[in-house]
Amino acid sequence: MPDEIDDSFLALPLARLADAALSRARQRGARYAALRVQRVRSGRTVVHDGALRASEEETETGLAVRVLHRGAWGFAATPELTPEAAVRACDDALALARACADVGGAPVALAPEPAYPGATWRSPYRINPFEVPESERVELLSHWCAGLQAHESVAHVLARATAAQENTYYADLDGTRVTQQRVRVHPQVLAVGRRPRDGGVQTLRTVGPPVARGWEYLHGEGWDWAGELAELPALLAEKTQAPAVRPGRYDLVIDPSQLWLTIHESVGHATEYDRALGHEMSYAGGTFATPDAAGRLRYGSALMSVDADRSAPHGLATVGFDDEGVAAQSWPLIEAGVLVGFQHDRGSAARAGLPRSAGCAYAESYRHTPMARMPNVSLRPAVDGPDTAALIAGVTDGFYLAGSDSWSIDMRRRQFQFTAQRWHRIRNGRLAGQVSGAAYQAETTAFWSALCGLGGEGTWLLSGADMCGKGQPVQAAAASHGCPSAVFRGIDVVDTGGRDG
Amino acid sequence: MSGIQDALEAALRHRRDADELLLIADETAAAHLRWAGDALTTNGSVRSRRVTAAAVRDGAAGVHVGLVGHGGALGDALPGLVRAAERAARDAPPAADATRLPEPWRTPSWAEPPGGTSVDAFGDVLPGLADAFAAAGQRRLYGYTEHRVVTTYLAASTGARLRHAQSTGLFDLSVRDGDDSAWAGVTAPDLTGLDVPALAAELSATLARPGRRVELPPGRYEVLLTPNCVADLMLHLYLAAGARGALDGRTAFSRPDGRLPLGERLTALPLTLRSDPDHPLLPCAPFTVSRGTDDLTAVVDNGLPLRPTRWIDEGVLTALVQTRHTAEQTGAPLTPMVDNLVLEGGPDAPTLPEMVRSTRRGLLLTSLWYLRDVDPASLLLTGLTRDGVRLVEDGEIVGTVHNFRFNESPLSLLARATEAGRPVPALPREWGDYFTRMVMPPLRVPDFLMSAVSPAT
Repeated sequence: MPDEIDDSFLALPLARLADAALSRARQRGARYAALRVQRVRSGRTVVHDGALRASEEETETGLAVRVLHRGAWGFAATPELTPEAAVRACDDALALARACADVGGAPVALAPEPAYPGATWRSPYRINPFEVPESERVELLSHWCAGLQAHESVAHVLARATAAQENTYYADLDGTRVTQQRVRVHPQVLAVGRRPRDGGVQTLRTVGPPVARGWEYLHGEGWDWAGELAELPALLAEKTQAPAVRPGRYDLVIDPSQLWLTIHESVGHATEYDRALGHEMSYAGGTFATPDAAGRLRYGSALMSVDADRSAPHGLATVGFDDEGVAAQSWPLIEAGVLVGFQHDRGSAARAGLPRSAGCAYAESYRHTPMARMPNVSLRPAVDGPDTAALIAGVTDGFYLAGSDSWSIDMRRRQFQFTAQRWHRIRNGRLAGQVSGAAYQAETTAFWSALCGLGGEGTWLLSGADMCGKGQPVQAAAASHGCPSAVFRGIDVVDTGGRDG
Repeated sequence: MSGIQDALEAALRHRRDADELLLIADETAAAHLRWAGDALTTNGSVRSRRVTAAAVRDGAAGVHVGLVGHGGALGDALPGLVRAAERAARDAPPAADATRLPEPWRTPSWAEPPGGTSVDAFGDVLPGLADAFAAAGQRRLYGYTEHRVVTTYLAASTGARLRHAQSTGLFDLSVRDGDDSAWAGVTAPDLTGLDVPALAAELSATLARPGRRVELPPGRYEVLLTPNCVADLMLHLYLAAGARGALDGRTAFSRPDGRLPLGERLTALPLTLRSDPDHPLLPCAPFTVSRGTDDLTAVVDNGLPLRPTRWIDEGVLTALVQTRHTAEQTGAPLTPMVDNLVLEGGPDAPTLPEMVRSTRRGLLLTSLWYLRDVDPASLLLTGLTRDGVRLVEDGEIVGTVHNFRFNESPLSLLARATEAGRPVPALPREWGDYFTRMVMPPLRVPDFLMSAVSPAT
């Protein structure tokens, strides 16, 4: 049945574990306590030049108890799914909270949330990727390899498909009991070519995004894989012959297949309130957006409006409830270029004096403490806006770039550098061949202030990251980012080949 | 069933149609604490268990491998896991690199129980933190500490019975004062004796040093890279040094004619990059553990004994990371990945303070961040400096400079380095969760290319 949670997860003693841990926590006077049972299934199939290189699958299940006691957090996790183990985890978490309370610091408070007894949620998909026989998975990827290798420009092909299924049961002292199931897949194909001039390597990767869909996605539901793969050899051939970029300041038409990553790094992470509070200062870094910046910080041009949501269809961060029992929401982060909101979990919402969390707590697995993680963060398209060709036609001297590649941003989410799969020269409104070695560098607010053209809904694409790392111990999370094609005026383009890097 | 060893023995007996069966069990106990702005923000006590089963099956067209992992309670999960691995091996086409498992051997420690840890492993760290918070004044402390014991058991139907317990402690501290900051990272098997107030005071003294704030344009500068910076860069090099990727034509070690660049000189300095599972400061697993085939390891190589390996010998590339399959393909010696890394120059190398004293004008980079591949074919990375760029003039630190972005390749840096200092234990800041066992020297590079200024403080 399409909306049901797997029986094998429901067969775990979820309610008994919750009763055991939560009654213990209540007895011991915890202010907040939650038991989470999480099962994560992950799989990966890698085919190189048509031959199977790696294939694996793993299912990990365990429970965690998180308490707020004497103003401090405590967390403990165990793989044992018995009431006794749940009680032990609760005791360990309480002991940690007491030890940490003794060190001092301001007591933690949480924003309230209504209780949701007996809620369930499942992401929409048709074919569970873990029910597809391995032979079928390998055959599809081999077929993709063979199609590309028939072309002279393609020396090697690496085809990979990853899949994940997450089941979570969350129960807390307020009476919330939520059961959820999510599935996502990410196919990628990398074609390797050789530069005729020196035999050097040039690669081109598909831009089809990771999505919360099932195996039907690889058959073309939601992305035209056949079409993208058909275009790859000629684009790779052009890339292997591309001259080095001439560094300078150019107008850029950025395809959503690259722009999503710049949004992820320069807007998504920069509007995480835990970063604004300094909680990531020693590792992932902070943000230039100070806690009091909402309503005051000019982030970009008036064309820039960015929304956060937990509801985009097939979004990687789309979910019914977060890992603190908060129901999914949508809210604006940036309106007409001005910062208006942040991403909050229950702790940071209370710190900011907000009545409610935005539902941004997420844990990678039972072994991980829920922490502030990004929802889907997306740039609005222009109403009745132009298509990408019209945006390109409006540029006399610039580049059209597509497909995310390398990325790096500083510890306040300001100075960044991005490369792309393809950099097409634009001369007088027309594409005029690819260049190689190019990267764009900018400062976040200067970049977004240079936004001068937006594509319409027809250019809008939901891409995303399925391996975003943050926190210590580091955790991976997935989030989608939708955006239209967009034009940025006068951006620094460098040659990473070393001549002017 | 008493211990994990008995469970593995019993599971091996569930082998039906696989020619060989391999099981890897990881028992992990970990405790962690995190703080920001003088308050603890996160903590945890985590136990986990993971068993990976690989079924190996001979077929007409080659060797088939089925790999399935189980994380969680053992219960009666292992027979099902073995069946799933055997099913995957039947269902899969032959794997390109697959061969039978290596010759079996046993470690004497096989029968020993898994190691454990708890919040007690922090010893004086918690009270030390409380004292450091109290003494911080206007400064703010940010950081993280973790103690983790992973005990790995590897058992195969071939007779292999191997055990390794790895104890890893990590302590990471930033001290911030207005726009200035400093960072220190410590890794050691045991953190109980760590003097947190002393470490915090040492970093605070760095910030308190009189000096000016200096604005400098992008361009080429002489730099001194601290051992921690060198650790980040050499780890990127190590992880890109797989023969697999080189043969596929995707990496900086690929050559158009398909040969491996062994014997090529990488640097004029007598630098040696090596690994040794028995290194006295950095002991690590003496056998290959691969939970999934990738550019550096192969599942069918699990249990291979590891030996001291020289990757670069006095400046000359002597080995890439090999699997049995790539070693056979290339005719090169079998040199599998080892979980530690040492870079060292000749004897009588100067200390970092001595290198500072012999610098007329240069930048001392204390920490690197957000290193990412830009061009794998040249190992070109981009990244940023972080938490302390110091200006050195006439042998003294005279000021603090803003951060920079750079685009550089570790291979090119080795080729251009003019001096290597005395190696010390070092922590790659960005990979502290993954690869921590390193001994690295400071390096002097006369023409490090700063591509842009970062305003981040």
